[in-house]
Amino acid sequence: MPFSFHTVSALVLRYVFLYTRHPVRFVELIFWPLVDLLVWGFLTIYLQKTAAAGFPATITFLIGGMILWDVLFRSQQGVAISFLEDVWTRNLLNVFVAPVRTVEYVAATCLVGVLRVGVTLAILTVVAALAYGFQLADLGLALIPFLGNLMLFGWFLGMVSTALIMRWGQAAESLAWAVPFFIQPLAAVFYPVSVLPWWLQPVAKALPCTPIFEGMRAVLSGQATPWGQLQSAFLLNLVWGGLAAWFFAANLRHVRKTGLLVKVATQ
Amino acid sequence: MPPATPILEADRLAKVFGEFTALDGLSFTVAEGESLGLLGVNGAGKTTAMNLLLGLTTPTSGTVRIFGLDLWKHRIEILRQVNFSSAYTALPSNLLVWQNLLVFAKLYRVPRPKQRIDELLELLDITHLRKSVTGTLSAGESTRVNLAKALLNQPRLLLLDEPTASLDPDIADRVRKLLRHLQQETGLSILYTSHNMRDIEEVCDRLVFLHGGKVLAEGTPSEVKTRFNQASLEDFFIGVARGEIDAIGLK
Repeated sequence: MPFSFHTVSALVLRYVFLYTRHPVRFVELIFWPLVDLLVWGFLTIYLQKTAAAGFPATITFLIGGMILWDVLFRSQQGVAISFLEDVWTRNLLNVFVAPVRTVEYVAATCLVGVLRVGVTLAILTVVAALAYGFQLADLGLALIPFLGNLMLFGWFLGMVSTALIMRWGQAAESLAWAVPFFIQPLAAVFYPVSVLPWWLQPVAKALPCTPIFEGMRAVLSGQATPWGQLQSAFLLNLVWGGLAAWFFAANLRHVRKTGLLVKVATQ
Repeated sequence: MPPATPILEADRLAKVFGEFTALDGLSFTVAEGESLGLLGVNGAGKTTAMNLLLGLTTPTSGTVRIFGLDLWKHRIEILRQVNFSSAYTALPSNLLVWQNLLVFAKLYRVPRPKQRIDELLELLDITHLRKSVTGTLSAGESTRVNLAKALLNQPRLLLLDEPTASLDPDIADRVRKLLRHLQQETGLSILYTSHNMRDIEEVCDRLVFLHGGKVLAEGTPSEVKTRFNQASLEDFFIGVARGEIDAIGLK
């Protein structure tokens, strides 16, 4: 049997226990995204009041960008933080000596990412609608591929973060938070790719999330859904997914060979 | 009586980390129903051997066969029938004891997991800890909860890494008796590492003493004592640690 959903569900159950045992854990999922939403929301209201006519659409760009960025970030965190939870609690060895395939372990952390995104997205959607009149549903059917592609890319960044932490140990655990922000300036979250210097634009266009943020702005401006861009995002995700899986597997082989896996798990 | 079938076969296992040879051609077997102690001074290669046998580290050369199957080709199949407990690992501290055990019961596909958990809590005399937060347990309680996790799947082979470290003599004695009892009742095979020579004498049928990544001595505890002319295993251990004993015997 190459893949067991039973094993994945057992691993996910552990994270569900973890989050429901301590309501404080939800603060992480709700507090920071809400702070971001409020800051960006009030900033854009201020800009709206002081800027010339024609500016109002920007408020939706900024809030939309912030919410969609959080989808990517929470998805990445689901993978990376779930791994760190096992390291912090010295439980990693128990999991690695249990009959759990690596692919099942990664799949479980990805599912945790989906759950984290679900909680955060629900809260942000409601607050953005009530406080700023921003309706995520205005993105229409395109919302599904938008969210799907961002979650996929978040998983892949999470796998890269986890691989780096395995290799460099707990000293590198801040990468679990930092990795997504390495790409944020290039991802066109709050501004179009055209704003970037010409030599950075090809790099930005190689990220699967860039067409999503560009597409979001197009839809919110009343243009047709850029299905071509969404297709590009998906194809880029396939490439990034392959590279992330290769990078993760190569690092896992390396830490098994060098004994670093045990060191990370017991330090 | 014919020798029992080996349940674990380590064949010429070697592990080199850069310039350092942690294991140098280690070979030994554990028979069905046997309890084998893996001993050695710090840095002798016990932990490296344990990690290789659990598939946590890949060997530089050599093979591990468990239940007659190659560990790296049949890892999942093998791990379903093996379990592990170590003084150096823990179950997630913020979950309740029953939650931790339920998750691992599901990972090991234990039939009727709640019933099995109740049986083990009773066997280990920790039923009262069922709803305790794992991180609040004492060292002795944690060890018993870890053992409960290690027994969930009724393993055929149990690997124990210093299970009585940090336990008071009373609890350590109970753990040793329990392991002996389980071994006699269920035919469980045990691979046991410890620095506590009393553990080894009480729990293990046979021992393998590692030194510098190689087997220095092998046999029953009394055979080893006799061969090296030592009154106790502890004297033997100290003699090796201080360089007064080598593979030939007393220097």
